[in-house]
Amino acid sequence: MNAPASTSLAERAGRVAAVAAAHADDVDIKSRFPREAVDAMRLERLFSVQIANNLGGEDATISDVAEICSLIGQSCASAAMVFAMHHIKLSSLVSHGSESDWHRTFMRRVADEQLLLASATTEGGIGGNLRNSICAIEVNGADCHLEKDATVISYGEYADAILITSRANAEAASTDQVMTAFTKDQYTLERTQVWDTLGMRGTCSDGYLFKGDAPAVQILPKPFAEIAAQSMLATSHLLWSAVWYGIAVNAMARAQSFVRAAARKSPGAPPPGALRLAEASSLLQLLKSNIIAGLREFEAAKADHDRLSSIGFAVAMNNVKIGSSETILIIINHAMLVCGILGYKNGTPYSLGRHLRDAHSAQLMISNDRILGNTSNLLLVHKQDTSLMG
Amino acid sequence: MSDVKSKIREVLAARGGFPGGIEALGDQSDLYAAGLSSFASVQIMLALEEAFDLEFPDSLLNRKTFQSVDAIAGAVQGILDGAPAAE
Repeated sequence: MNAPASTSLAERAGRVAAVAAAHADDVDIKSRFPREAVDAMRLERLFSVQIANNLGGEDATISDVAEICSLIGQSCASAAMVFAMHHIKLSSLVSHGSESDWHRTFMRRVADEQLLLASATTEGGIGGNLRNSICAIEVNGADCHLEKDATVISYGEYADAILITSRANAEAASTDQVMTAFTKDQYTLERTQVWDTLGMRGTCSDGYLFKGDAPAVQILPKPFAEIAAQSMLATSHLLWSAVWYGIAVNAMARAQSFVRAAARKSPGAPPPGALRLAEASSLLQLLKSNIIAGLREFEAAKADHDRLSSIGFAVAMNNVKIGSSETILIIINHAMLVCGILGYKNGTPYSLGRHLRDAHSAQLMISNDRILGNTSNLLLVHKQDTSLMG
Repeated sequence: MSDVKSKIREVLAARGGFPGGIEALGDQSDLYAAGLSSFASVQIMLALEEAFDLEFPDSLLNRKTFQSVDAIAGAVQGILDGAPAAE
């Protein structure tokens, strides 16, 4: 039932990346779901790698998942983002659902059937402030009912289940939230907004009116505030960053092959873009270090709920997101300067338009201004770690 | 300890932003469930540092410390008594 035998995660991800690359431009042009890549993820059983071994998964770490995100991101950022968002939702189940019978059984189902999980945290009237809800879940005896004006549910139409936030009950404060897992047979989606965007066009992040009915045991047994702080926010920043890194790496690779080709034609006279490439290389290293440090911090904090909920950890994860999302734009812009008009044009081996457009989503998906505002508030009390090695 | 708690309650009343008011909450009530946002919790930390003339060590800057009036009082009292920071 587990992984395809005798191949590493990287090899399996590599096969998915090859499929994703073949369809990336079509996905982008048509703003369509990257179904070939997602089918390949299923075939390679990558949707369950993070789940515990005894529930049918492979006990993969967040770093393992990040590596897959980056590999697929080098081919098709939309497909990689779908994969990342699935695993962000899964991390909440893995971290906070293991004590609930229903959620354990559900994780086994995710592994057996390679179910794709989507997220519904944004809401009309709330915007991107996912730590607030207007809608409230109604619990009647053993059942629950939820209606939500979800302004964004990425690949909602293609998901097998949706993890959705709401207030804990009709009287609860807007910050007193829970998260509930609804399977596809338990909800309806009525499309209210269409995802026609500059980039990340294949995530199909349409808006929907969500209506769901399910047994109340499907409500995760932890407050969403804890889920957000301890798994969701950190894994979002880390896995998104891994996808973005993948975009930047591919842009860098294109720029490098451009410079090489030029250097071969005129040996001894380095092309003018060579210096830019060196600059981009330095930035790429910074970006990579930033993400690796964040992943290590998360792995180290994972066993300690107090550390996961600490201000220092929140600041560190926020900084990873800000750093990655800003740096990729500089790197890709450098790559564009290196490749010149062949980078600007579509359909050349050096085309960078899709990279640049996809990368522009990074500072908006959870607005960097919102994150900087949050960090600046935390820095009012957080004491800076002045050591180099932590 | 009761002086500490009443001072904490003053701070919570001024900065907590609880829809039902702090009076409605017991010393063990979950402040997050009552509507305390993470933004407000930082503002409360700052106000407590000012009110008690102390500084919370990083080890206490987590969700658990601000879970209830009792939890805050325990943390504040610990610092006032010069107890080593909780790990």
